[in-house]
Amino acid sequence: MKSNVGKLLSTAAIAATISAGAAASTLEDVKAKGFVQCGVSTGVPGFSNADDKGNWSGIDVDACRAVSSAIFGDAQKVKFTPLSAKERFTALQSGEIDILARNTTWTYTRDASLGLDFTAVNFYDGQGFMVRKDLGVKSALDLDGATVCTEQGTTTELNMADFFRKNKLSYVPVVVQKADEALAAYDSGRCDVYTTDKSGLAAHRTKLADPSAHVILPETISKEPLGPVVRHGDNQWKDIVTWAMYVQVNAEEMDITSKNVAKIKSETNDPGIKRLLGVEGDMGAQLELPADWAYNIIANVGNYGEVFERNVGPSTPVDLPRGLNALWTEAGGIMYAPPVR
Amino acid sequence: MSDKTTPSNNSFLNDAGNRALIFQILLLAMVVFAGYYLFSNLQANLDNRGISTGFSFFNEPAGFPILIHLIEYTEANTYGRAFVVALINTFVISLLGIILATIIGVIMGLARLSKNWLVARLATVYIETLRNIPLLLQMFFWYFAVLAALPAPRDSYEFADFLLNKRGIYSPNPMIQDGFGLVIFGFILSIVASIGLIMWAKKRQTKTGLWFPAYWSSLGLIVGITFIFLAIAGFPIEFDLPQKSRFNVTGGMVLPPEFVAVLVALSTYTGAFIAEIVRAGILSVNWGQTEAARSLGLRDSMTQRLIVLPQALRVIIPPLTSQYLNLAKNSSLGAAIAYPELVAVVMGTTLNQTGQAIETIGLCMLVYGSLSLSISVFMNWYNNKMSLIER
Repeated sequence: MKSNVGKLLSTAAIAATISAGAAASTLEDVKAKGFVQCGVSTGVPGFSNADDKGNWSGIDVDACRAVSSAIFGDAQKVKFTPLSAKERFTALQSGEIDILARNTTWTYTRDASLGLDFTAVNFYDGQGFMVRKDLGVKSALDLDGATVCTEQGTTTELNMADFFRKNKLSYVPVVVQKADEALAAYDSGRCDVYTTDKSGLAAHRTKLADPSAHVILPETISKEPLGPVVRHGDNQWKDIVTWAMYVQVNAEEMDITSKNVAKIKSETNDPGIKRLLGVEGDMGAQLELPADWAYNIIANVGNYGEVFERNVGPSTPVDLPRGLNALWTEAGGIMYAPPVR
Repeated sequence: MSDKTTPSNNSFLNDAGNRALIFQILLLAMVVFAGYYLFSNLQANLDNRGISTGFSFFNEPAGFPILIHLIEYTEANTYGRAFVVALINTFVISLLGIILATIIGVIMGLARLSKNWLVARLATVYIETLRNIPLLLQMFFWYFAVLAALPAPRDSYEFADFLLNKRGIYSPNPMIQDGFGLVIFGFILSIVASIGLIMWAKKRQTKTGLWFPAYWSSLGLIVGITFIFLAIAGFPIEFDLPQKSRFNVTGGMVLPPEFVAVLVALSTYTGAFIAEIVRAGILSVNWGQTEAARSLGLRDSMTQRLIVLPQALRVIIPPLTSQYLNLAKNSSLGAAIAYPELVAVVMGTTLNQTGQAIETIGLCMLVYGSLSLSISVFMNWYNNKMSLIER
C-alpha cells in the first residue's frame, strides 16, 4: 500500500515537471537537448522523404535544417518524426515536436483554434486532380459521376466536397487513412481520380506503376499556402522559424548561394550583406542566436532557389516549375520576404 | 469468562478493520486528487495554448462526404449526424461480422473434428493460416489483392442483372410501388401463423410425445403466404437496374469493396479463433454422453443437437464472448482501407477539421467501451441461461 502511494506521488511529481518543462521557452529546450525535433510526412518526395539509408530530404526537411543551422551552426542536429496527416497537430500541441514542417496548409481555423502559429510560406500550392490519360478527361468539370480517392485528415477532403457541390457534379468519395494506401487504391483502379495539392500530385505520380499513364488536370481548385508551424504563445521560437525562411529568400534576392557565401562574407563592402552575414553588428543576439546564424543557414542549406532546385526543380523526378514560388522580382512569382535589417 | 479481552495497546489504529478502512480512504483520496490534478492541468494547458474545447462543433456543418451512409447524409449535414453515420457503420460491420464469424467458426470447428481426412486437414490449414497473420495485413490483402483481380467498370463481369467490378458488387435495387402494404400484411400474418404452429407442435409433443417438423413447416408457411399475397397485389415491386456509365455504374444497389474487404477479413480472422473454441467445447463433452444418447435410440443429428451441443455451449460461451469483443474493437482497423467507421470519421476527419483531439478521442473511447460492455452483458445473460442449473 505504502509503495503504491509513493508511486502515485512520484507520478504526479513527474507530471508536474513535464508541464513545467513545456512552459519554458522552446529555444532553451532545444539548446538543452541539443537537437530540433521536426515533424515531417511519412513520405512525400520533394517535401519530406527518407531514402533507403534513412536520410531525410525535401523542402520541408530543409526548413528544419535551416533552424538547426541557425541555432547550432550544424544542419544535421535535427531528429525527424514521421506523422500522418491526422496525427500532426496533436504531436505539435502536445510538445512531442518543436516544428511541424509537413506540407501543411495555412488556414484560418487552424491558425485560430488549434493553438498553433504559422510561420512563413515555403511553398505556394493549390489542389488539383490527377486522372488516367486513357479516360480522355480534359477538365475537372468533366468529372461528373467519378470516384475520387484522397488521403484522410487534410484540407483536401473539404476542398473536394466544395468543388463538386459548387459545380453540381456527383461523385463517390474514397477516403483512405494514409496517403500511400490512398495512392495504391487509385493505382489499382478503385478510383478514377486522385486529388491532393498539385505539388503532392507531381510527387506521388513518381511513385505510380506507370507515371506517364497519368495526367494532372489544369484546374487549381484551392489556395494552399504551405509552411512550417509552431506552437502558439512562444513568439521568440516563431520568429526564429519565420526568419530562418526569410533569410533564404533574401539570400536568393542578393544572389548569395551556399557556394559563394564564404567568399562574399570576406570580400563584400555592402553594409546590408555584412549585417546579414554577421560581419558587422550582432543581429543574432536579438533572437538569442549566434552572430553568424544567417551565414550558417546559407552555407549549410543554401538560398531558397537552391532548396527549390535541389528538391522539386526540373532536374528532380518531381519536376515542378517555379511558378508562384519564383521571387517577386520574376514574372509570375510571389515569393517575397521582409528585409533583414 | 469475559467475551472480549481488551489489552491496552489495542487502540483504534491497531484494529485491522479500521486500518484497512483508513488506507482505502487514503487511496481513494489519492486517486481523486490525481484525477483532479490531471484534469485541471489539462484545462489550464488547453487555455494557455488557445485550443478550443467543448462539443459545440457537433452542431456545425461537417462539409465532408462519407462513402457509406445507411441514413440520409450530405456534406451540408452536421458533425453530429456524421458521427451517427459512422456509429451505424461500426455497429453494422460488428454485428454482421459477429454473425458471419460464428457461422464460419462453427462450420470450421466441426470440420476440423470430421472423420473425413481431407475436410479435417483443410480446416486445420484454414485455422492455422488465418490465426497467425496480423489482421491489418489480411485487410490490405482482401482490399488490394481483390481490387487488382477485378475488372474496370467498363469491363464488368455480368451475371443476370448483377455487375461485379473494382467499384463493388452492383445489384438491382427493389423499388416499392403502390399496394406493397398488402404484402407486408401477408408477411406479418405468416409469422403469426408460424408462431401458432410452433406452440401447437410443442404442446402436442409434451402431451403425446409425437414429433412434428414445426420449424421447416414455418419456413414454408412464411415463404408461401408472402408469395401468395405478392401475387394478389400484382407484384408491386420494380427493379432499378445498374447501368454502366462513363466512369462508374449508375443505379442499382452497390456493395463497395471497402465494406466487403472489412467484413471478409474480420469474419474469417475471428472465425478461425471461434473454430478452435468450438472444437475445444465439443471435445470437452464426455464420449459417454454420445454413447448414452445412441443407446436411447437417438439419431446422430439429434445426439449432436440435443445432447452434445448444449453441454459444449457451457464451455464455448465465455471465450466466445472475448472473441466477439475483439471483433467489435478490431472493426476500427477498417479506417486503414477507407471503410468509414467511427475511427475514420470521428478520430480522422472530424479531429483534423476541428482540432479537438481530447473530445473526439474521448467520444470514440466511450463508444467502444459501451459497445463492448453491451456485448459483454448480453453474453453473460446468455451464459447464465445456458449454464448448468444444479438442483
